[in-house]
Amino acid sequence: MSFSVTEPTKGTKWFAGFLVVAYAIITLVPLLWIVATGFKSPADSIAYPPVVVFEPTLEGYVNLFTDRTRATDDMLAEAGPPETWYDEIARERGTIITGPSRYGERFLNSVIIGFGSTALCMILGTAAAYAFSRFRVPLKDDLLFFILSTRMMPPIAVAIPIFLMFRNLGLNDTHLGMILLYTAVNLSLSVWLLKGFIDEIPMEYEEAALIDGYTRFQAFYKVVLPQAATGIASTAIFCLIFAWNEYAFAVLLTSGTAQTAPPFIPNIIGVNGKDWPAVAAGATIFLVPVMVFTVLLRKHLLRGITFGAVRK
Amino acid sequence: MAEVSLNALSKSYGEEIALDDVTMTVPDGSFVVLLGPTGAGKTTTLRMVSGLDKPDRGSVMIGGLDVASLTPAQRDVAMVFQQYSLYPHLTVRQNLAFPLKSPILRTPQNVVDQKVGEVAEVLQISHKLDNKATALSGGEMQRVSIGRALVRQPSVYLMDEPLSSLDAKLRSDLRVELKGIQANSGATLLYVTHDQIEAMTMATHVGVLDNGKLVQFGTPREIYENPVSVYAASRLGQPRINVLPADVFGGAPQNAVSIGLRPEHIVQGAGEDSMVKRVERLGDQTRLHLAFKNHDLITVTDAHTALNEGDIVKIRPNNPYYFDAAGARVA
Repeated sequence: MSFSVTEPTKGTKWFAGFLVVAYAIITLVPLLWIVATGFKSPADSIAYPPVVVFEPTLEGYVNLFTDRTRATDDMLAEAGPPETWYDEIARERGTIITGPSRYGERFLNSVIIGFGSTALCMILGTAAAYAFSRFRVPLKDDLLFFILSTRMMPPIAVAIPIFLMFRNLGLNDTHLGMILLYTAVNLSLSVWLLKGFIDEIPMEYEEAALIDGYTRFQAFYKVVLPQAATGIASTAIFCLIFAWNEYAFAVLLTSGTAQTAPPFIPNIIGVNGKDWPAVAAGATIFLVPVMVFTVLLRKHLLRGITFGAVRK
Repeated sequence: MAEVSLNALSKSYGEEIALDDVTMTVPDGSFVVLLGPTGAGKTTTLRMVSGLDKPDRGSVMIGGLDVASLTPAQRDVAMVFQQYSLYPHLTVRQNLAFPLKSPILRTPQNVVDQKVGEVAEVLQISHKLDNKATALSGGEMQRVSIGRALVRQPSVYLMDEPLSSLDAKLRSDLRVELKGIQANSGATLLYVTHDQIEAMTMATHVGVLDNGKLVQFGTPREIYENPVSVYAASRLGQPRINVLPADVFGGAPQNAVSIGLRPEHIVQGAGEDSMVKRVERLGDQTRLHLAFKNHDLITVTDAHTALNEGDIVKIRPNNPYYFDAAGARVA
């Protein structure tokens, strides 16, 4: 393939700029709508035609983080004046806060399972990719194909065997079970991606380190890992995004202790009627960790996405 | 420093024989250059000594000790790779300190600083010590990579065409520097190249490799003046030795098939006619391309020769080499 090296014309630049802006709008509008809905009152959230300018309220967030009960006038009188700003918001709707909701726990579960499986996936993936890249592994090509083949069907296709297996092993609704499951699903992708990155690191660096007095493991740790950092970071983002957003297995395999946020958020609808602002608030907060993680690693991500496109 | 000896070393990569029964001793304190074209087994020899690869047969002794079971780190060798292979995530200073800080040496920081400073001084890279290794020119990178070997006092230095990627000026400077460093420190050095000038100028001993076989081992002078074969003879000498059928001049020994003539073996002004095809004036010398009985010859003549294309020069051989059908020297 050859690329034009001439400066793009003004028209081309305008067109490219237009495409980028249009794409940004298409992707960002739903996101902005969710963020905005989180600050709407329930009436505004379902108003038709939709309202763009509205009076923001934290009601959605209060509803997300609390359990409430509908109160009679007697109960309200008995409870006395509201003590906090969120009490006040609840009282305005004729409800009394009975305690915190489970969203915090579910969110924490998502963090533990998402980051836990990503970390495990990186450790196993890097080790396997290094071995495939550097050592003479018997049946290497077959093994690599086998690893890739685990992703040739949607993971949910094996939901029932996994459900039965988890039940027998006592892994249902446990953090460990979900971490293992997401790691298993992500591992093939991470082995393949990381092998590509490690293949690009010339062997001579490690050989130099071996001669300079380091063991194989030290050479891996001191020379290969720093150079594979870009690949590890971008692979970690891919793995985290999958584990973080995964819904189907989370619904199937978790209910209490290990339930993650994705199956919890739609549950909000069931409990207190169609509380869209609370759902939107839950989704908004849920977006934050992946966004932060991605922004922190973004300088690596670009090279990760274009990886393979440029040959030296 | 130590003596390195290779005993009947053989190595194949798949079908390809890289080293075939090589026996050689690198004396303590010597500068041994392995000479040969690509694929002759030069780099393989270095990898066997360093321990990066294991021989199929034969053994490597360093300082009288069989190192077969030792890792590269335990062998106490330093190696300069053809492609510098500086650690790209480290600065020049960290690159130079890397071998000193290995778990085997664990050099104290003040000694590391001192040695890195000394080596940087010698290789004239002091002003670049805090640069990233990747922010250097090719010549600087190669000097750092040589420096990374020189910070230690290993039992042997291994160098794999360390000067091949440098420009001519830097190459000749570093040639002198390397030879000086080796001569002053009494280091044992095993050096791989296909550049005969490097071999002639730096080596105390030259090993000529041909398809994995060591065909001749000796001082550069011995190999130049007394080559065992056509192959060894054509490794050294510029312009290259002329090889013609043995009978062109007459007087060849019985079993000789070809005659080898270095420029100094060709006496001009007597003998049989040859025609000047081209005159190459190099400044300090002038090369003559001659046509002699349908054969081409290249020789050297007076720098200020008056000869021109088309002129006739009489030539005769003087103590030439004769080789048999297999290329082995017969006289």
